Amino acid sequence: MKPKTLVLAAYGINCDEETKFAFERAGAEAELVHVNDLIDGHKKLSDYQILAFPGGFSYGDDTGAGKALANRIENHLREGVRDFISKEGLVIGICNGFQVMTNLGLLPGIEGNYGERKVALIDNDSSRFDCRWVDLEFNPRSPWTQRLKRMSLPIAHGEGKFYTDSETLRKLHERKLVAATYVSGEICQSELLPANPNGSLDDIACLIDESGRILGLMPHPERAVDFTQLPNWTLLKEQYRRSGREIPNEGPGIKIFRNGVNYFS
Amino acid sequence: MAHRIDIARTIPDNRAKTLVSNLQNQGFKVSGAEIVDSYTIDADLDGGDMRRIADSLTNPVFQEGRVDDSFKPRFDYAVEIGFLPGVTDNIGNTVREGMEDSLKRNFDGQIVYSSRVLFLSGDLTREDAQRVANGLANPLIQRINVLDYREFVNSRGFGSKVPRVRISEKPSADLIDILNADDHELQRIGKQGIANPDGTRRGPLALDLTYMGTIRDYFARQGRNPSDVELESIAQTWSEHCRHTIFADPIDDIESGLFKHFIRRATDEIRRAKGNEDFCVSVFRDNSGAIAFGDYLITDKVETHNSPSALDPFGGSATGIVGVKRDAMGFGLGAKPILFRYGFCFGNPDDERPLFKGENKTQKMLSPRRIMNGVIEGVNAGGNQSGVATPQGFVYFDDKYRGKPLVFVGVVGLIPREVNGRKLYEKRAMPGDYIVMAGGRVGKDGIHGATFSSEAIDSGSPATAVQIADPITQKKMNDAIVKEARDLKLFTSITDNGAGGLSCSVAEMAKESGGFFVDLNKVPLKYPGLQPWETWVSESQERMTLSVPKDKWDEFSGLMQRRGVEATVIGEFTDSGKCLVNYDGKNVMDLDINFLHDGLPKRRMTTKPFVKRHAEPNFSELEDLTLTLHSMLGRRNIASFGFISRQYDHEVQGNSVLKPLQGRGLVNADATVAKPLPHSNKGIVLSHGINPRYSEIDTYNMAAAAIDTAVRNAVSAGADFNRIALLDNFCWCSPDDPERLGQLKSAALACYDTAVAYGTPFISGKDSMFNDFKGFDENGKPIKISVPPTLLVSSLGIIDDVRKAVSLDAKIPGDVVYLIGENDEEMGGSEYFAMVGEQQKGEAFIGNLAPRVETGRNRRAYESFSRAIERELISSAQSVHRGGLGIALAKTAMGGMLGLDVSLQGIKGLATREDYQLYSETSGRILVTVNPANAGDFEETMKGSSVSRLGTVRTDDKFIVKGMDGKRIIGTSVNTLLHSYKSTFRGY
Repeated sequence: MKPKTLVLAAYGINCDEETKFAFERAGAEAELVHVNDLIDGHKKLSDYQILAFPGGFSYGDDTGAGKALANRIENHLREGVRDFISKEGLVIGICNGFQVMTNLGLLPGIEGNYGERKVALIDNDSSRFDCRWVDLEFNPRSPWTQRLKRMSLPIAHGEGKFYTDSETLRKLHERKLVAATYVSGEICQSELLPANPNGSLDDIACLIDESGRILGLMPHPERAVDFTQLPNWTLLKEQYRRSGREIPNEGPGIKIFRNGVNYFS
Repeated sequence: MAHRIDIARTIPDNRAKTLVSNLQNQGFKVSGAEIVDSYTIDADLDGGDMRRIADSLTNPVFQEGRVDDSFKPRFDYAVEIGFLPGVTDNIGNTVREGMEDSLKRNFDGQIVYSSRVLFLSGDLTREDAQRVANGLANPLIQRINVLDYREFVNSRGFGSKVPRVRISEKPSADLIDILNADDHELQRIGKQGIANPDGTRRGPLALDLTYMGTIRDYFARQGRNPSDVELESIAQTWSEHCRHTIFADPIDDIESGLFKHFIRRATDEIRRAKGNEDFCVSVFRDNSGAIAFGDYLITDKVETHNSPSALDPFGGSATGIVGVKRDAMGFGLGAKPILFRYGFCFGNPDDERPLFKGENKTQKMLSPRRIMNGVIEGVNAGGNQSGVATPQGFVYFDDKYRGKPLVFVGVVGLIPREVNGRKLYEKRAMPGDYIVMAGGRVGKDGIHGATFSSEAIDSGSPATAVQIADPITQKKMNDAIVKEARDLKLFTSITDNGAGGLSCSVAEMAKESGGFFVDLNKVPLKYPGLQPWETWVSESQERMTLSVPKDKWDEFSGLMQRRGVEATVIGEFTDSGKCLVNYDGKNVMDLDINFLHDGLPKRRMTTKPFVKRHAEPNFSELEDLTLTLHSMLGRRNIASFGFISRQYDHEVQGNSVLKPLQGRGLVNADATVAKPLPHSNKGIVLSHGINPRYSEIDTYNMAAAAIDTAVRNAVSAGADFNRIALLDNFCWCSPDDPERLGQLKSAALACYDTAVAYGTPFISGKDSMFNDFKGFDENGKPIKISVPPTLLVSSLGIIDDVRKAVSLDAKIPGDVVYLIGENDEEMGGSEYFAMVGEQQKGEAFIGNLAPRVETGRNRRAYESFSRAIERELISSAQSVHRGGLGIALAKTAMGGMLGLDVSLQGIKGLATREDYQLYSETSGRILVTVNPANAGDFEETMKGSSVSRLGTVRTDDKFIVKGMDGKRIIGTSVNTLLHSYKSTFRGY
C-alpha cells in the first residue's frame, strides 16, 4: 500500500515541494496541504498515514523559530494532531518543522506527555545562519531510522542549537530518544569542518518520541535524495568510473523516506 | 492603554555573547550584556489576555516573559532600539496575526510595535552607550532610547509609548501652477520637487528643463494646470530609472540610441543566425528575459539596488533581493523563482575616513565596513526567508565604491511554456478587466525611489526612499499566485509594483488594454492620511498588480482570502486611451496614455573619447614568488568569501548540483549548476564576469573581458557553448560628462562585437547611471566620488545532463594538468599590478595594456571544450581570470587538497617574465586536469586550439611550480595556501 502523506504548507514554509517529491520518490502518495485548509476543514488529517512538517521560515520565525506556526496549530488543530499520533501515524519534522514540533511539545513527549515543551532549538553558537553538510550517527530504534548507521546530510539554519535542562537530557539518553548525533565522518574530515555545527548539547541533531514514530531532524534529508546533490559527487564519480564501478543515482537521504513508507507495507 | 511585553533569556544568550565581543573589538569597555525582546501593544486588553499573548511569545525552556513589568538586571546603561513611526514592522505584524488567532478578534492596522533592549554593563559613559546604539541602529528607520540605571529605575523602564503614525493634514490633490512658472521655477520643481505650503520641497522629480517644458506645453494645450498626482506620475514614468533614456536617446550619430543599436541589435542578429537553434523566447520585453528549457522556460533578471543600500544597507539589500523576486513572479503569467544571484562592490572595509552628505560635517554617511555588513545581512535575511536558493555571487572591493556601493541582485525563474494550450509567457490585460492590487498595503515608505535613483546621492536625498522588505507576506502571495491562481487561469496579466509603485505598474499594463481608471480611495493603506499622490507613487513593498476578468473575480478573491493574501479591486482597464484617477469623487489625473508613455522628448547626447595614459609600471620581477602567491591569495578580490556563501541557503528547493564552495578545500567557484526539475537531469549553469579596474584603461576591453569571463566560467562548469544567454548591468557615473558617455559607448560597442562573435545573446538588462556621491570629506571639504564604470555580465547556460558537470577541484593524483589558451603579457589593470603598486608606491599600478579578447581563437577553444565535457574527458576545470594562472593553479590544488607539480616551460603565449606568466589576466584560458587515460582523447578533441601540458597532480600536498628554465620558483604546501586564502575574511 502506498501510504498517504500530508506535507504541510504554511506561510513561510519553503521546503514543501522537495519534501513531497522525496516521499513520492520513496513510494508514497504525497499531497501538499495548506494549514488553513486543515483548519477550515477542507482537508482532514485522519485521511493520511504520514504527516510531514517541512522546513522554511514559518511566519518569518519573527518571534522565535517555529513558534508562530506552533501556536496556530495548537489553537486550531490540537485534537486532530493528538488523534493522528494515537492512531499509529508517522510524523516527521525537518528543520523548521522540527522547531515547530518542539514548540508543540510533540518531541520529546516523554512518557506520552505530548504538549509539554521540554527542549528547544536556539541560536547557533556562531549567531549566524549556516548552510553546510554534516555527518550523522543514527540510533536505529525508530521506524524512520531503522538500519541506518552513518549518513551525511546538509543543514541550513540559524537556530539549530539543541538545548534542554540536564534532567531532560539525562532522560533523553536513558530512554534512547536521541535519534542522531553530529559526528566527524566523511564530510567533516575531508572538508575540515567541526562535527557539531551549532553548539548543540551532546551533539544532538535529531530526536524521536518514545513510540519512535515521531522524528525531528535539523538536517535536510530531502536535499540529499539525488547523487548529484552530494557536495563531493564529482569526486566520487571520478573514483567510481576509474575503478569500474557503477555511478549511483540516489543520495543517502532517500533512505529515511523509504523507511517511513516501508513501515506501512 | 498600551501594554508592554518583555521576553528575556533564562540561559546564557549567544546573541549577547557575540554582541559583547563585537563591542569589545570596537574598543568599548563592555563587560556584559543582556538582550530583551519587547513588544508594545496598543490595544485595550485585560490582564488575562496579555498573559496569554506573553505565554505564546515565550518558550519556557529558555525564556521568561513579563507583562508591564520590566526586567531589571544589573546594568549601567539600557539602550532601546525600535522602528520609527510608519516603518514596516514585520515582527509586530506577526505578533498581531498570532493575537488575532488566539484571541479570535480582529485588530485593524498596526497595534504591535517591536523593539529590542540591550542592557550593557561595563566602564561606559552615556556617550559610549549612545555610540553603541548608533552603531547598531539606523537613524533613517529606527529610534533609539538610552537610559542609565537610575533613570531606568525611576521611570520604571522604557514604558509603553506608541510610535504610531499621526498625520493631521487632510489628504487632497493640489493643482501645481506651471503654466505661469518661469524656467527657474520649472527647474526647481524638477530638481527639488513640488513646494509644500511651508516652503519645503517634496523631493526630487528628476525632470530637467526640457522635460518640464514639454509638460508645460502639454498642459497649455489642455488649457489647465496639472495636479500633483499628474506631475508625480509623469516624473515616475519618465525617470531615468524607468525609461533608461541615456541608453535610449540619440547619441552622436547613433539615432536609435545605444540600447537598440548595440545590445538589442546583437541579440536580433544572433537569433537570426542561429535560425532553428535559437533558444531565446522572450527578450527585453517583460520583467525578466527567458530562454527555452524543454517544455519549460528559464527566466533571468538582474537588478541593482545601489542608492537605498548606501543609506540603509540592510533594508536596501533585503528589499533588493525580495523585490527582484517579483521580476520572476511578474514574468509572463508568473514564473516560480528558483535561484537568486548576488554581487556586491564595496569600498575598502578598513577605511575609516568619514564622509558627510551635508555641509559642516553633518549627515554622516555609513562606513564601508558597516555598509558591507549590512548589505550581506540584508540578502541573508531577505533571501533565506524567501525560500529561493542563493548559490551564485561575488564580492569586489575598490576605493571608488566608498561613496556608493553597488548591490546586484538577480532571480532565475521556471515556468511551463504552456498550460492547456495557453502560452504562459504571453499576457494581455483586456478592457473591462479589474485592476487588482495584491499583497502588502501602501504607506509613506518608498516614496520617490525611482526618481531618487535617477540622481546622485547628496544632502537632499530623501529618507523615505528606503523601504523594508517583508519576504513572508510576499511568499504567501507568490505561492497563491504562481502555484494556484495562474494555472486556474484567474488573471490575464500581472506585473510587479517596483519603481514608481502603482503609477508605473498600472500605466505599464494599460499599454496592453489601451487605458485605465483607478479610484485611489479603494487602495488599502497602512495608516490614514496619505496624500493621493503618495498613494499613487509609493513603492511600499510586496505588491503585485493583476488584471482579473470580472467573471473570475469571485474565484480569485476567494482563493486569496483563504491564503491570507489581501487583494483589492482598485479600478478597471479600459481602451479609452486615457489614464484616469479619482480621489474623493474628483478627477485627479486625466492624461492621454500616449503622452504618458511616449511624450518625453528625446535629448541628443554627444560623447568625447576617453584617453588616458597611465605611468607604465617599472619594477623587476619579485624575488620570492612563493610569498607573492600567498599575498595574492589573500587579496580581498581573490580571497575566500566562504563566510557569505555559507550564510546564504544555497540548497533550498533541492536543486543544487555544483555548489558555491567546491572540493575538499571549499573553494569559491566561479560558476554554479542547478537542476530545476526533480524528474529530469537537464540543468542550468550560472556565472558572471566583472572587471571594473580595466575601465581605468579602456571600457571596450573591460566590457569584452566581462563577457568573455562570464561565458568561459559557464563553459568550464559544463554549459553548452552554443546555448548561453547574457544579462547586462551597466553601473555608470556622471552621465552628463561627455567622456563618461564616451566610455559608455565603447563598452556598448564591445558588448555588440563580443556577443555577436560568441553567439551569446543578451536577453535582459538594467542600467544605473548615477553612481556618484557628492558631499564632504573628513575635513568638511567638498568631494565627489564616482564608481568606476562597471559592467556586470551574468551568464545563463544550459547543460543537458547535469551528471556531466565539472567542478574546479583536482581529483585524482597522477592526473595531467593542462592549460587551454595562451599566456600573453597583458598586465594592465591586473590584480598583480595593483598589489605591487600598493606595496611599492602605496597605490595600485594600472598600466596601459588590459587584456584583449580574441573572440575567434576563444570561440574555437570553447566549442572544442564543450565537446570534451560532453565526452566526459575533463576531471576538473577552473577558468583563469582575476589573479591569472597562479591563482587558478592554487584554486585547483586547494579544491582537491592535492599538490601540483607544474612547469612554465613550453607554455604557449607571448609572456616572457615568470611573474607575468603567473599573473597576467589574458582572456580565453581554462586550467583543467585530465585522467591520463583520457589525455590522448582530450588533446585530439582540443585540436586547433592552444593547449599546454603543465604537469601533474601530486599524491601529497606539495605545491611546486618550476620556471621557464626548469628551476623551482614556487614551493609550498596546499595547507598553507589554504590558510592564506581563508585568512583575509576570518572574523567577518
